[in-house]
Amino acid sequence: MVAHAEIRVVHLSGSKINFREPVITNDSRFLLCASGESVKVYSSSSEECVHDLQGHTDLVSGIVRNPSNHLQVYSCSADGTVRLWDFTDGILIKTFIIGYPIYSIYVSENHGGVVFVVVPMANDKSSELFQLVAVHLPLSGDQEVEARELSAVLCDVSPSGAASFGRKGEYIAAVKGLQLEVFFFKKQKSHRFFLKSGNKKGAKNAFTCVSCHPKEDCIATGHEDGKIRLWRNFNQKKEYTYSTLHWHHGAVNTLQFTPEGTNLLSGGIESVLVQWHYTQENQKDFLPRLGGAITHIAVSPDGSLFCTSHSDNKITIIQSCVKVSAIIQGLVKGEGVRTDLTIDPRSKALVLNGKPGHLQFYSLHRDKLLYNLDIVQQEYIHEEGLDQFEVVKAAFDTRGDWLATVEERTQKGSELEINLKLWVYDEQTQSFMLNTTVIAPHEDQITAMCFSPSPETTMLVTISFDGHFKAWLLADHSDTKEGASWSCDFVGGYHHLKPGCCCFSADGSLLAVGFQEVVTVWSPSWELLTTLSQPPGAIRDLCFGRLSCSKYLLGTSTKNQLCCWNLLTCSLEWSTPVDVSLLQADPLSENMAAFCSQSGCSDLFVFKPGEPRPLYSQKALCTGKVQRAVFAPRDQMLESCEEHAQWLNRSQLYFFTQHMDLMTFSTKTEEDRLLASSKRLMVDDSVAVTPFYLLLGKHRQHQEALTNPMAERIQLPQGSIAIKELLYTPAHVLPSASFLCSMFVRSLLISSSSARQKNIILIPFQHIYWRNQSAVTYTTVQNLGSLRNVLVFHEISCKMSRKYSQDFDKVINNDF
Amino acid sequence: MASFKSTKIPIYPKLGEKVTPDTLYWKNYKAPVQIKEFGAVTSIDFSSLAPHNYAVTASTRIHIYGPFSTEPVKTFTRFKDTAYSGKFRSDGQLLVAGCEDSMVRLFDVSGKVALRVFKGHTKGVHVTDFTSDCYHILTGSDDYTCRLWDIPNSTELTSYKEHTDYIRCGITSKLNRDIFITGSYDHTLRMFDARVEKSVMTMDHSQPVESVLLYPSEGLLVSAGGRYVKVWDLLKGGQPLVSLKNHHKTVTCLSLSSNGQRLLSASLDRHVKIYNTTNYKVVHNFDYAASILSLALAPDDESIVVGMTNGVLSIKHRKSPEEKREMAGKQRMQPVYRIFVKGRNYVPKKDDFLVSKPVKSHLAKYDKQLKKFNISKALDTALESWRRNRKPEITVAVMKELDRRGTLKNALAGRDEQNLSQLLNFLIGNVVDPRFTPVLVTATEMILDIYQAVVGQSSVVDRQLVRLQELVEREVDYQQDLLEVLGMLDTLFAASLPRKEVPCPGSSRSNGLAEGSLGAPGPQLKAA
Repeated sequence: MVAHAEIRVVHLSGSKINFREPVITNDSRFLLCASGESVKVYSSSSEECVHDLQGHTDLVSGIVRNPSNHLQVYSCSADGTVRLWDFTDGILIKTFIIGYPIYSIYVSENHGGVVFVVVPMANDKSSELFQLVAVHLPLSGDQEVEARELSAVLCDVSPSGAASFGRKGEYIAAVKGLQLEVFFFKKQKSHRFFLKSGNKKGAKNAFTCVSCHPKEDCIATGHEDGKIRLWRNFNQKKEYTYSTLHWHHGAVNTLQFTPEGTNLLSGGIESVLVQWHYTQENQKDFLPRLGGAITHIAVSPDGSLFCTSHSDNKITIIQSCVKVSAIIQGLVKGEGVRTDLTIDPRSKALVLNGKPGHLQFYSLHRDKLLYNLDIVQQEYIHEEGLDQFEVVKAAFDTRGDWLATVEERTQKGSELEINLKLWVYDEQTQSFMLNTTVIAPHEDQITAMCFSPSPETTMLVTISFDGHFKAWLLADHSDTKEGASWSCDFVGGYHHLKPGCCCFSADGSLLAVGFQEVVTVWSPSWELLTTLSQPPGAIRDLCFGRLSCSKYLLGTSTKNQLCCWNLLTCSLEWSTPVDVSLLQADPLSENMAAFCSQSGCSDLFVFKPGEPRPLYSQKALCTGKVQRAVFAPRDQMLESCEEHAQWLNRSQLYFFTQHMDLMTFSTKTEEDRLLASSKRLMVDDSVAVTPFYLLLGKHRQHQEALTNPMAERIQLPQGSIAIKELLYTPAHVLPSASFLCSMFVRSLLISSSSARQKNIILIPFQHIYWRNQSAVTYTTVQNLGSLRNVLVFHEISCKMSRKYSQDFDKVINNDF
Repeated sequence: MASFKSTKIPIYPKLGEKVTPDTLYWKNYKAPVQIKEFGAVTSIDFSSLAPHNYAVTASTRIHIYGPFSTEPVKTFTRFKDTAYSGKFRSDGQLLVAGCEDSMVRLFDVSGKVALRVFKGHTKGVHVTDFTSDCYHILTGSDDYTCRLWDIPNSTELTSYKEHTDYIRCGITSKLNRDIFITGSYDHTLRMFDARVEKSVMTMDHSQPVESVLLYPSEGLLVSAGGRYVKVWDLLKGGQPLVSLKNHHKTVTCLSLSSNGQRLLSASLDRHVKIYNTTNYKVVHNFDYAASILSLALAPDDESIVVGMTNGVLSIKHRKSPEEKREMAGKQRMQPVYRIFVKGRNYVPKKDDFLVSKPVKSHLAKYDKQLKKFNISKALDTALESWRRNRKPEITVAVMKELDRRGTLKNALAGRDEQNLSQLLNFLIGNVVDPRFTPVLVTATEMILDIYQAVVGQSSVVDRQLVRLQELVEREVDYQQDLLEVLGMLDTLFAASLPRKEVPCPGSSRSNGLAEGSLGAPGPQLKAA
């Protein structure tokens, strides 16, 4: 297994960015958020990730601004460290080792050199009780410092987001359950206020969040039944008062005062940002339909920017409670992912369902969400316990022209609603347009769906628990006014058994449908060709071999069997007793990946159906079952010579573990390449690095380089008729290039004679090669004296052939 | 901040025929003009001369109508018995007609009295026609003979006695003056050549032949008899080409459209069917009030004239292009709101700086109310009478949306008698519509749950509830019958197919679905 060490299983990013409250920097230019084991710095205007602050070895559980330096932030993590970062340069300044897993962090301007962190009460991780402790950060020049000076402030607090510093840091308020606790630092004494659990009239008084007014003695608390209470006069134990605000119908997830204390912001499941005016409490402003439920609200120190993080892994940046100015969207995953992983053949993006009723297109190479496609096209009602439509299946045809989606809605007491939608790719708008909606295509859940890969017909097969499989064909109604639309072509079944899976052969000439224990093989004219069976155990997955192995059909069964049938002899070729939970075929090679679950762990075998030995195997890939996997074709082929890594050359394997982490395999050569490219892409400016910027920036530098020498050159005689003629007549009416060449060169000779008077040696093209007659293609230019000539020439070549002008660019670059 | 997504109104596929160029062409006729004749209209013939008058043979008369007149231009009444087969000569000057009294009369179109009377047949003459050289007349009679007559001498030239039953149809070749074809009730079609003593070709139609037709090229022959229309290839010696069975009663008349691309057949089953002559598929269908005996198309398909057994002559004229344009223009002209175009027609000048304004999406009234969560109001809007009656899919879509939001029950509750009866009326009208059943059944159940307590307080509502109950019971019976039929069909299919695997018919889906969901409210109603 030593040789295998070169292939590593790596976490792919796309982790949660809504885990903890994001932080806006003092100048409102950047937004920081915890994302898995790193802190991400986003530009608040361009939505691009500027820096990825890496260093923590466990989940980052909180970020706060350093009150004494506005260019620094503290971050804490479950690995027991607090780290201080310079976010503009992306440098780790200091690491403070606390020694206990930290669940959140708070700071106050009035408590210099102290951070307040939430750690478990007992040392063992299993304890459910947490305490708030003050940590005095030692002043030391070392990179890594151990901070052992801890003093407990509050016992029994909730692990995250339920504490807030009051006016001038005089007190800290924390809530948990039905109790509000306020600790006064001066008196070193805490007051506790209790509420009744309050079951009458549906009141649920449990606290959910707290925020303190920055200028006055006022604490706002949110409750589970949607009420907001404003507590005043709480420095007396008995004579406290509170007033109640009520708009939310669900729990108040988060509360935040604006820095001047004029407004109170609240958010909850309704996905409406509510702005309460502090002085006129019955006046409020709303910002509705922001997306998923609001989980956190952050306000920039100057109060001009708000940002809300949402349950659908999204951060919205809002300008002064009026306008959404930017949206940072992460990959949505978790329990809600119900579609298989698919790859969009056009954009090579990973496609899975994300936001409710949407499909997300996630670019794996850029680790960025490209766009969300609205499938359900219905207003999403943010309410708990409501049955909503969910996208459960999605499939692309081989060219990416058609997308089929299935959405379903289960309602208590009434029947299942299923819609099958077919989307056509529109070149003009560069997105998918709805073509056909089939209401209730099947009577029961659709279990699988696939497009026929044959280029002649556009056909979709859906498999359902109602015992039928249906073939849908694109029917062209050219004689009527409506365009092409889909209709059912064939309904098939087999002894009223429930089909579970289906697969087309690579050329589309065979369709295999697994009906419980029986595999049926159908021809395109819907004849049942043969049935294959290997009892016991129902068929779970079916896969046709590809390329040289196309005579094999592989199937996995629930009773720990992996079978390979030879379709020429219609007999079993081989079978092995492994519990394959997922079988996936690489579309670009013969390889198959089988994920096997064994004693709580998943193993991976990569094999060719025709060969007895697996190409690659990895034991104990991850804990639990692998849920979904997909082979994604690479942009560039890797040239790896190691035998066991060759299966990763053409495509990359991505998979979801049980905990819905997106993982992939990476080889050493690939990592080397990535490292090299990241070095090249280093940009010193704080402007967000986008491919666009890189392109433009390069181009501009290049231009500068070009213009400088040009300024010194004298102008060519512009009146040259030949040049004018060349430039102002359309390319398609020009005579052949060889004819033009001599004319053009002659025109240059005149200029050279005039230039010679000024003592500038100008030797025009000495070697000009015309590759073909019709288009100027490629020239080797040596000893070019005048850049102007080159540029003129360049223009002509552009005009004649856009494509080859790039080559010309190369020539210019090489020579200067 | 996403904008509000409006309620999706599903577009249901239009049932019935699809819009094809053929349907557009054949639908482009005005409402028919109807003229009552004295008896069954047995023959209609268009003159090939410019105004294209047509001769209508009915009872003992022949009327000649102008292209747009409803009164006859001319009438020939000198028949002692029922007249048959009034036909124009190709120059439009002469008209020939047979008669039940076995005489054949030749008229000048401008005169009144018969120019010639051909005597010789012993029984009624049903078939008359001019030969292509205009000098001879072909007749076919119930005495089993067909004869050729010379017009100038009014003498009989030849007589053929080959048919063994009544001759009821015949046609002369337009290209050869000697060739003609007759069809008889002895099931045969015979082609004769005047230069030869006997028939030159015989085709067996296997039904009494009612009508024959030659294609303009005269390579193909179409015959109609019984329920069949058959096409014969004359160049291959009378080989049958196609046999069409699209009518369910005897086909009585055939006609070709002016360009020869479409074939029309009229039948006693009151339909006129139009076939594509390349693939012989039915592309369009006309319905008439009575059995059709005769059919003719004006040149350029300007009008379709149909004669029926009840003596009604129905004439359909093609819409002229001006009329069509007028219709379209009217629609566009409808309401002009000056306020809408205010500033819209301003053409920006060269130096103008254009500031684009975000386009405000228009929301329907019910959507605006749904946006504000005014659910009862939204349902009221959706139940407005015009919307309820003309676009029930909108009402149902709003109900579905409310159901999705889990607030349908709240929206349905708290209605007074008038409101409730309105709602029940809508349900009675639409609950058995398979497009709406799934949604409306849940709504019905909710209404019954909510208003259970007040049943018996209002006679109007009670009557409607009883009607609803009857409706649902009838539907349940109906579905049961359908399922029985389906079961029978399934066994038939299973028996007829040699394969082991029977593709399950997809049609069972909707029926089974409606049955299953409709079964539920029945017993509840009884309980109520």
